[in-house]
Order: sequence, then structure tokens, then C-alpha cells
Amino acid sequence: MKTTLLAAGLATIALPALAETLVLTVLTYDSFTSEWGPGPAVEAAFEATCACDLQFVPAGDGAALLARIQLEGAASEADIVLGLDTSLTAAAAATGLFAPHGITATTALPVAFEDPLFLPFDWGWFAFVHDRTRLAEAPKSFEALAASDLKIVIQDPRSSTPGLGLLLWVKAAYGDRAAEVWAALADNIVTVTPGWSEAYGLFLEGEADMVLSYTTSPAYHLIVESDDNKAAALFDEGQYLQIEVAGKLAATDQPALADQFLAFMLTDAFQAAIPQTNWMYPAVTPAAGLPEGFDTFRPAKSLLLSPEEAQAVRDVALAEWQAALAR
Amino acid sequence: MASRARPLNLPATALAALLLALVAAPLAAVALRGAGLSFGSADWAAVRFTLLQATLSALLSTLLAIPVARALARRRFPGRGALIVLMGAPFLLPAVVAVLGLLAIFGRTGLLNAGLQTLGLPAISIYGLQGVLLAHVFLNLPLAVRMILQGWLTIPAERIRLAQSLGFGPAEISHHLERPMLREVLPGVALVILIICLTSFAVVLTLGGGPRATTIELAIYQAVRFDFDLSRAAGLAGLQVAICAVAALAAWAIVRPAAFGAGLDRATALPAPGGWRCGADALALSAATLFLLLPLLAVVLRGLPGLTDLPASVLPAAGRSILVALASATLATVAALTLALAAAARPSALVEGAATLPLATSGLVLGTGLFLIVQPFTPPMTVALPVTILVNTALTLPYLYRILLPETRALQVDYGRLADSLSMSGWPRLRWLVLPRLARPIGFGAGVAAALSMGDLGVITLFAGERQATLPLVVQQLTGAYRIEAAASAALILVTLSFALFWACDAGGRRAAA
Repeated sequence: MKTTLLAAGLATIALPALAETLVLTVLTYDSFTSEWGPGPAVEAAFEATCACDLQFVPAGDGAALLARIQLEGAASEADIVLGLDTSLTAAAAATGLFAPHGITATTALPVAFEDPLFLPFDWGWFAFVHDRTRLAEAPKSFEALAASDLKIVIQDPRSSTPGLGLLLWVKAAYGDRAAEVWAALADNIVTVTPGWSEAYGLFLEGEADMVLSYTTSPAYHLIVESDDNKAAALFDEGQYLQIEVAGKLAATDQPALADQFLAFMLTDAFQAAIPQTNWMYPAVTPAAGLPEGFDTFRPAKSLLLSPEEAQAVRDVALAEWQAALAR
Repeated sequence: MASRARPLNLPATALAALLLALVAAPLAAVALRGAGLSFGSADWAAVRFTLLQATLSALLSTLLAIPVARALARRRFPGRGALIVLMGAPFLLPAVVAVLGLLAIFGRTGLLNAGLQTLGLPAISIYGLQGVLLAHVFLNLPLAVRMILQGWLTIPAERIRLAQSLGFGPAEISHHLERPMLREVLPGVALVILIICLTSFAVVLTLGGGPRATTIELAIYQAVRFDFDLSRAAGLAGLQVAICAVAALAAWAIVRPAAFGAGLDRATALPAPGGWRCGADALALSAATLFLLLPLLAVVLRGLPGLTDLPASVLPAAGRSILVALASATLATVAALTLALAAAARPSALVEGAATLPLATSGLVLGTGLFLIVQPFTPPMTVALPVTILVNTALTLPYLYRILLPETRALQVDYGRLADSLSMSGWPRLRWLVLPRLARPIGFGAGVAAALSMGDLGVITLFAGERQATLPLVVQQLTGAYRIEAAASAALILVTLSFALFWACDAGGRRAAA
């Protein structure tokens, strides 16, 4: 009885203090905050160090994030935006809504990456994933894929970030010949889905021999399902990189806390959560190293257009893609 | 005093205005944020494809539904009631779940192609316009069958007995009874399906096979997400609403009341002709049953294995979804009944438009517009569930209205003057005339509304906070996290709950009517 009273008394004292707890709002994509994403672990780890309340606001996927901050403008509740990739950062920077992070980081990215507004938190290579029990030997290039009668399922660049990544991949690998490559690929494409999950689902159902995903997708099947039959096809042209970044909004009312979060983002506590929740490579390799399966499919060559190049070519690339596949 | 030129009653007018505002305000909010409007040739191609697939889907679904509904109306066999209820299920499936069910039968490695392969025949592909139509017929045939069957059941027993005593054969019955009924019911059925298919997004994109199959809704996605061109998004959404308005007016102009007059509610089954007609009915029923139930069975089988280790978050999400479904179904039923009664008393283009246009709004533009409207006042997260309920109410009301309208009109024609002469109005009229006579369509409509809001992602994706996920959102999160098996099980739970809600309302309505 005494302890209950004491607890009640303490609670009344603690309540006003709780009300003044600083809140850091992070706008991010949906799968980051879900029960199976990095969100819960990251939240617990950061709140243990910051004496604050970290709140995630989920908003669709990467492209939806960009639309969301453009909609909200300077009135946004968010302090941090986490989950844009480099095909979106030029447009994000052009909104003028982001503030420099001022952090120089040493990262494990396979390419040099320096951006005053955006810090990488994870990355991965796009790849076509297949099941070795259905397809023993995968083609080794886009041209070999186009020449084969294999069926692939891809995502629509207009509604999906991997879909946009594939568009830029073909553009980075083939430049002016991109339209030609798409025309050759057209009869291999079973269908184009609105997002990654529909495409991956169709592949698992056996609707296609290969699906556009990541080189780290087989690691999920290996670690969680003990299935080592899924493989990523490495192409001679190189694999296109997706680098996922976070940035601080200039209109934040918690600039110090936001800086603290960005610095925390590159520490072990955050980075160690990435591989087995987001199934991407952490931007900084954690002390414990990478889980099994993350070294199995490492391409020799990485492709990446700079944010400015990506922004400049995407309209042309989309038009080529539409024209080639509409025939 | 009941005069002939009765003005539209106040609640109905207010409701209609509110609905139109709900369509127009988000559109305006989005348009105001943009600058200058220009459509490209790709946009017009999207408009053409959208019209093509929606028109064909509506025609096919409606025409194929007629023989099935007629067979159900005039044949009696064990399990008929269960079949009628179960056949409604595909309409309640979330699009993505339905697509996976269809692929298990019609996909590259589906049952059909496996069968063709054993016979040494070439494989067929579901991807392309044919797949889009197949999926739209699968999803909408059940609605069409139920709405048309409802029409058959409204033919008074006295007319059927008169026809029998006059020695009418099937051909004469068709001419004097069935065709006038169809003339009244079919335009509304085709219209609803046309509009559903106008805004169909995931089905068209997944089965369409590529950018050939670009719809207006996808062009809106591109405008918002790829180009951040809000005026184009609003323009396209406006165009979508305009197409729907034209279709609604056309359907409104075609409808002629069948005017059978009132009966004494004696149960008389339609004559069940023998001979080849018996075989034709059996064929229609078995073909429809196979077509609708096999993919459904596939959905169930896919979902069973993962049921044992579902994440704990499924439960609260299911609770939230049921809450949203019940709240919006209740609101939509009250609103639709108000509008249908008003429209039956006095035809009104305002009511007709307000009860149809919400269907044609683009989900993305509606969500984005409401977001822009709400955001200056409160963080959108804090109103996620109320906004979802409101939007689901508006989006399911058109189905309810269509389902209620034919019988409400018949009720007004047959009993309106009698009730007026008895000065029966207000609650007594509702309690003793309207509710008992409309119990069957009200139950069916409320069931459809509840199940649809259960499965609808709608605006929740834009508004939901961290711990506010509804069941469809959890399904989406699971697939996004590679957990395809768990997603299939969560989807099965979603489908089962939707169906249970539908069944409870539908059976309740039929019991009350009996």
C-alpha cells in the first residue's frame, strides 16, 4: 500500500517533467517504422541516450516522403527526414527546406559520397534475384537477359523507388543506347507493379524467373528461412547503387536534438540494427561485422549517377522506357 | 400537405451538398497549390485506356451477371442461399489479395496453364488488357449478380401468377416482366462498375503488363510523386470526376421505372422452365461458381500455413479496422437511405450527382487534399481514424445508394400515396413502412459498405501515425518486410472479417425482411 502511494506521488511529480520532454519527429518511410523495420530498435537506443521522445511519422515510401515534405513545406512538424535516396535528393535540395548537417563521416560506401545536406544511413545494390531451383544459371548482363526468354517482373518508376533505380541503372550503363536496351527487354517483362512488395510477391508465387530487388534479398531468405536457393545475378555492366540518406529540416524547432540524432545515426547502436531489419548494408560497418549472406553477392563494379545527373536524365529516361514498353 | 412538386427535403439537400464539398474541396486544395495546367499526350493516352478498360469491364460484368442472376432467381436447389452469400465474397477482397488469388488459377504457373500444359496446349498469359478485364469481372460480377437478383426479387408475385394464368412461356415472361425490370436495374449496375473500374489502380497496374496500361489514377500518381505537379494531378482528378458525372447523367437518363405496382408480398417463385433452359441455367451457375470460388479458395489456402505465428500487432489492427468499418457503414447507411428516399420522392440531379461522384475521386488526390486542408489546424496523425471513417463513408455511400434506389423508388410509387393519405410521416413512416420493406437491400448494402471499408487502404496511408495501423496497412507492411507468408495469413484474416461483417448485415437484413 505504501509503495503504491509512493509510486502515485512520484508519478504526480514526474508528470510535469514528462510533459517537457523534448520530442524529435522523424519523417520516414513506412517499412522503416513497422514492427519488422529498424524503427523500434533505433527508437529504444536513441531514447536511452537523449532523454527525449523520438517519434516516427510513417509516410509511404521514399518518393512519398519527398511529396510529403513538399506538401508540408516549412510548416512541417518533422525535424528529420530519413529515407530519401540519391535519385530524389536533388529535388529535395531544390526545395530549400533542408539545412546542412555539418558532419564529416567515414562510411563503408563503395563509392565516394559527400553531400552537405544529406547523410547516408544505409545502401544496397539493385539486382535481379532468382531462385536457383527454378533458374540454375542467371544471365550476366542486361543484353544477355534481353536475348534470353526469361521472364522478369519490375516496378513502375512512376510509383516506386526501385523502379526508378532500374531506369537510372540502364541509363548509367548504356547512356544513349538505353532506349534500345529497353526495347530488347520488353518481351522479357511479364508485368510492371506499383511497388516492390507486389513484384517480389509475384516472383515468389512463380510468376517470373527473376525480380528486380537487391543483392541482399537472398540474405533474408538465408537467415530467416534457412533457404539458400535464392541468388542475385551480378551483371557485367555493374550494379546500380541505392544510397539512402537522412537530412535535417531547416525549420526544425529542435536543431540541437536533430544534430544529435544525425550523429547517433552513424554509431553502432543505429547501424547494427540495419542489416537484419532493413536488409540493406549499414553505412558504417558495425563492430560485430555483417551477418552471413551479406558477402555472397558483391559486384565488382558499382554504378551511380550523381543526384544532379539523376535529376537531369530521369524525364528522358522515363519517356524512353514508356515508349519502348508501350509497343 | 403533400403536393406534387414537393421540394427536396432539407437533410437530403444538406447531405448532398456536404458530399459534393467532400469531393470538390480536396480537389481545390490540391489545385490551389499548383500553378498552370497542361495535359500531355501521355495523359490523353491514359484517359483513353481508362475509358476503354472501364467500359469493357462494366459491360462484361453486367452482361455476364444476367444469366447467373436469372438462374439464381428461378431455380431452387440445396445450398442456394449459401452460394448467393459466398458468391459476394470476391467483391470484398482487397485488390492485391484478389490479384494473387487470380494468379493461382490464371497465372503463368497457375492451375489453368498447368492443365493446358498437360494437354500439350500453348500457355495463355493473364498480363495485358485481358487480365485487367478478367480481374475486374472477377471483382465486380458478384456485385452485379446481387444487384440484378435483387431486381428479380422485386417483381411482385401477383404479376408472376398473372403471367402464369395467361399461359406465358419463358419468352413472354422475359418480354413483359424481366426486360422492364432489367431496363430499370442494369444502367445503375453498369454505372457503378464503370466508375469503380475508372479509379482501379493496383489491379490495372499489376495485371496490365506495362505502361500500355496506364490509367488516369497512375498518371495522377506520376504527377504527385514523380513530377510533384499538383495542378496536373488536380486537373486529371477533375477530369476523372467529369467522366463519372457524364456517365451518371447518361445512366440517369436511361433508367425507366418498371412500374409493376404493389403486390401483397406473397412468395411465388419465378417459373423454372425445363428443357435447354434448365441446362443453360446449370451451366451459368456452375461456370460462375468455379470462376468466383476457385481464386477465393486459393486465397484461403495461401493464408492457412502462416496463421499459427502471426505477429501480435494483427489483433489491435483488426480491432481498429472493425471499428472503422462499423462506424462508416452506419453513417453511410443513414446517409444513403436519406438520399435514396429523397430521390425516390422527387428525382434530383443534385442527389444523383452527390451520391455518385465520391466514387470517382482519386484516392491519392482526396488524401492529399484532405491532408492540405487539415494540416494548418492539427497534425494529420491526430485525426487519422476520424478522417478514414469520413472518407470511407463517402466512398461506400454510392454503392449503398445504388443498392437502395430501385426498391426505394418502387416503395414510393406503390405505397407513397397511401402513406401520405394516412399522414404517415417521420419516424412512424420509417419504422412501419420504410425499414421493414427495405430491410433486405439495407442489410445487403450495409454489409457491402462495412466490408469495403474494412479492406480499403484509402487515406490511412497518408494520415496513419506509428501505432494507428489498420489491418490492410499491416498486410502491406508485412509484404514490405519480405514476410509474404505472414502477409497472406493477415490478408486471410482481413478477408474473413470482412466477409463475416458482410454476412452478418446481409443475413440480418434478410431475416428482418422475411
